[in-house]
Amino acid sequence: MAGRVIVVTSGKGGVGKTTTVANIGTGLALQQKKVVMIDTDIGLRNLDVVMGMESGIIYDVVDLAEGECRSTRQSLVRNRRFKNLFLLPASQTRNKDAITPEQMREIVDELKEEFDYVLIDCPAGIERGFDNAVAAASEAIVVTIPEVPAVRDADRIIGLWLNAKEKDKEKKEPVLVLNRLRPDMVRKEEMLGVDDINHTLAIKLLGIIPEDEEIIIATNKGEPVILNQHSRAGEAFKNIVRRLEGETVPFMSFDTGIIGRFWNMLHGK
Amino acid sequence: MKLFREDPPSKSQAVERLRLILVHDRAQVSTGLIELLRVEIINAISKYVEIDEEQMDIQLTASKTKAELVANIPVVKVRRALD
Repeated sequence: MAGRVIVVTSGKGGVGKTTTVANIGTGLALQQKKVVMIDTDIGLRNLDVVMGMESGIIYDVVDLAEGECRSTRQSLVRNRRFKNLFLLPASQTRNKDAITPEQMREIVDELKEEFDYVLIDCPAGIERGFDNAVAAASEAIVVTIPEVPAVRDADRIIGLWLNAKEKDKEKKEPVLVLNRLRPDMVRKEEMLGVDDINHTLAIKLLGIIPEDEEIIIATNKGEPVILNQHSRAGEAFKNIVRRLEGETVPFMSFDTGIIGRFWNMLHGK
Repeated sequence: MKLFREDPPSKSQAVERLRLILVHDRAQVSTGLIELLRVEIINAISKYVEIDEEQMDIQLTASKTKAELVANIPVVKVRRALD
């Protein structure tokens, strides 16, 4: 059976697409799934760094599209810790036009025969890079943060995905990841809450990731935060992975009650 | 904790601004929706009055405070009775 092809997209930059791909990819690998992550942000590659896989890159997605490698396998970088986790890096020296949606489709069609999951890290924007990333995907995870510009862009991206879905019946309903939520600010009504965003965008919620400085530390180290047992964000990503695998997992409670606040205080949040 | 807060919490502003922005954005993305609406309005109104479809104008607009559906529909004549 062919693997699932999921694009992670957002419209706006800097909301956590790459972090989301890295953590979901690692989480699925932890569950013994065979996973390949594709960085389609050609010219501005970052997934390799977030994954701590930047050393050992020889070929990239453009080389593969242009037939510079002997095989598809040769273009993939294998994770040192998880032998079932691979990365197809973006090219750092070319631009988005170096590859076409048709070429992406060919690459992905081959990969999905061998892997359980093909995760595509989409660049910011709605131009060629977006078309490339979305072309071969049948599922979409839209990442946003609780800020007006990011939610606006997410809405636009959802519209574009739904348009693409009209033409490509393989494509499914998009799902939402709400990243960098600050329960303390939501409590004070100084931040859009889960319900506000859910109500506005009206797509199924896949997960809520609380703001967590452990993510910065994880990125410094090149070890996705999902590997950190003490991180709330890591826990939230684990829940997302379980939901992708079909489990029903309740959403994490960002307790607003006295006990929750005491808990947060104890954990320095 | 602030005892005297000068401004109301900003979330309500974010919600309202987002609502208006999206009304505008979505109307441009899906001009097809406005076209469907136009056809249905013509069908509904035509039962009672004869209208000038050529001159008819429907727009979804957003002001600072609210979203509005503005329709300008020239009436040619009012029907005497339902046919």
